[in-house]
Amino acid sequence: MAINNNAGAITTKRNAVASNQVVPSDLPDKPVVVIERRALAPDLKELWAYRELLYFFMWRDVKVRYKQTALGVLWVVLQPLLMMLIFAFIFGRVAGVKSDGVGYPLFAYAGLIAWTFFSHAVTASANSVVNSAGLITKVYFPRIIVPVAAVGATMMDFAISFIPLALMMIFWKVRITPYLLLLPIFIIIVVTLALGVGMFMAALNVKYRDVGLALPFMLQLWFFASPIIYPLSLFQGKLRWLLALNPMAGIIDGFRVSLYGYKSFDWPAIGFAAVIAIIFLVFAMYRFKRVERNFADLI
Amino acid sequence: MKPIIKVEGLGKQYRVGTRSPQFATLRDSISAAVRKPLAALRANGDTEVFWALRDVDFEVEPGEVVGVIGRNGAGKSTLLKLLSRITEPTTGRAELYGRVASLLEVGTGFHPELTGRENVFLNGAILGMRKAEIERKFDEIIAFAEIEKFIDTPVKRYSSGMYVRLAFAVAAHLEPEILIIDEVLAVGDMQFQKRCLGKMNEVAKSGRTVLFVSHNMRAVAQLCGHCIWIDSGQLMSRGLANEVVVEYLSSVQPETMDGLITEEMHEHEAPELSFRRVELLDENAHSTAISYFGDPLRFRVEFEVLKPLTQARLGLVIQKFDETVVCAVQHTDAALDLLNLQPGRYVANIQVDVPLIPGPYYIALFAKPHGGYWTSPDRSLDYIPHALAFNVEEVSAQGETVLPTNALVYPVSRWTVEGFNHH
Repeated sequence: MAINNNAGAITTKRNAVASNQVVPSDLPDKPVVVIERRALAPDLKELWAYRELLYFFMWRDVKVRYKQTALGVLWVVLQPLLMMLIFAFIFGRVAGVKSDGVGYPLFAYAGLIAWTFFSHAVTASANSVVNSAGLITKVYFPRIIVPVAAVGATMMDFAISFIPLALMMIFWKVRITPYLLLLPIFIIIVVTLALGVGMFMAALNVKYRDVGLALPFMLQLWFFASPIIYPLSLFQGKLRWLLALNPMAGIIDGFRVSLYGYKSFDWPAIGFAAVIAIIFLVFAMYRFKRVERNFADLI
Repeated sequence: MKPIIKVEGLGKQYRVGTRSPQFATLRDSISAAVRKPLAALRANGDTEVFWALRDVDFEVEPGEVVGVIGRNGAGKSTLLKLLSRITEPTTGRAELYGRVASLLEVGTGFHPELTGRENVFLNGAILGMRKAEIERKFDEIIAFAEIEKFIDTPVKRYSSGMYVRLAFAVAAHLEPEILIIDEVLAVGDMQFQKRCLGKMNEVAKSGRTVLFVSHNMRAVAQLCGHCIWIDSGQLMSRGLANEVVVEYLSSVQPETMDGLITEEMHEHEAPELSFRRVELLDENAHSTAISYFGDPLRFRVEFEVLKPLTQARLGLVIQKFDETVVCAVQHTDAALDLLNLQPGRYVANIQVDVPLIPGPYYIALFAKPHGGYWTSPDRSLDYIPHALAFNVEEVSAQGETVLPTNALVYPVSRWTVEGFNHH
């Protein structure tokens, strides 16, 4: 058979392919996906639809974190424990900081695990988006999942750090009070605050890599400004009022009180912290959504 | 028929400078804010904008397999990024009447520390598969990738071939109504590439709608029924794949007619030896874009040596428009040595006796530091993948000969036929 041009030969072959195609005829009336400049409101429905991916991201972070470390999960326990020992020596022994009647190690450890969670969660989520550049430039999913998953994965460490706490409480024979029932409230507030701060920093980090450098310093300052290794009662007057503006003050104090029940809750401080945490989270979500549309171009 | 993809006035604008990943710092922003009042006074249109894609309209019917072609930087990737929702359009909209999955690379989200099994789940979830769906297809994926034995080994210990096979296997088992693919086939060994093409063919025939971006004209011609050609962010043509491919290739031609090799034609920087010009010459040594069937091909190649070289190997590859390689020749074929080259301009005259079947062709030029052949993976001094396009035309006087179009060359053959009688 002689064919006079090459293109003709290709066409014949392709027609054979086309006749084999099974063409679906039942298309939905409404588009499944509409691509246009999106609205600014966070799309919670979509976030729900991607919950499995959120779970997989958290699962990945948890798995990967300890894969090549010799001590593995022990690090989670060791970090606040060692810090506690150092501070117990410096502040408890040498400086003789009063700790509201709770043994200093217990006092410091409770504050330290809450703070360690907060600071790790904020750091992880602040860096999460930039670290996911490879994903963000190649595949679509609601970007907000990334910082949320980073906070979620850190919660695993938080849970583990309760084990030494429980042992210490047994060792020092701490009496459990009904206050303990309120512990989840403080966990929720600290998670909310970490989500808000982390998400805000993550959005900022995409454009300004300064965040990665400034954040450790900022957290260090925040650490000393929070009543973690000292009680708020150490300060009086104006300075105390100023320190109480820090939402972490109310959270850490409430967290500790619910564990040890050594005094009554400071409800105004707790309420203030909760309101700040919620406001910040909502603000950060809008902020994130605003910057999100340019992530793939900026990152 | 009702379209499954409807694109209306789609456009994406970049401000020049923000397109490439530049590290902005707070300091830059602050200093810019200080200077802003001044900048506002100076000119309004000071910030240059660039439309990577502008006013693109097209529709794709369900079951169509559409190729997207165009030069580098023409806007193909931007179109894919918009349709796969990686970035938002500046103007216009697109409606997709089906679940979409996009494959802009294989193995997106693979984590080296995780095992093959773990990565299948992670990657599947990233590509939009449900956990239950991945579990159901898991055995099939592993079998396709042929890595059963290593499924619980971290992928960082995989060979690159295994890695790519696993990554492609996950992607190949996606079942969206619309699939957007970007040249992911350009990976893996030849045998695996063939299987990928086979799988792609299967996908194409299964009634799924596919958008396929590629530089590989042969793959486009083989896989796609229709084609979209984009240039400078605008839709140039939309139609049957073979027609659009020819249209596209003929548009590329005039650019290289004068034979000058422009900067963007180089595959990489060439600081030691750089090709400058390539021409096809007719029998009077005039530059031409047409050669007649049966005539020897005469090329004139100018190159510049920028640094003293102890050795170099030059060559050219003749390829059909769909990238099928016809042949490659090198200066060493002529028992010639190029040793101790001093900086300066050189001219090579090459004659190739190959009776190409009439049609569009192009040549690639390569220069290797020493013994390397053009396909060898070691560094090349210079490489011009699309150096010159030309047409081979039939000589009308030849009349009688009917040339087979599915062949590449029609060589001179010498026959003798002898007869032996039954006695």
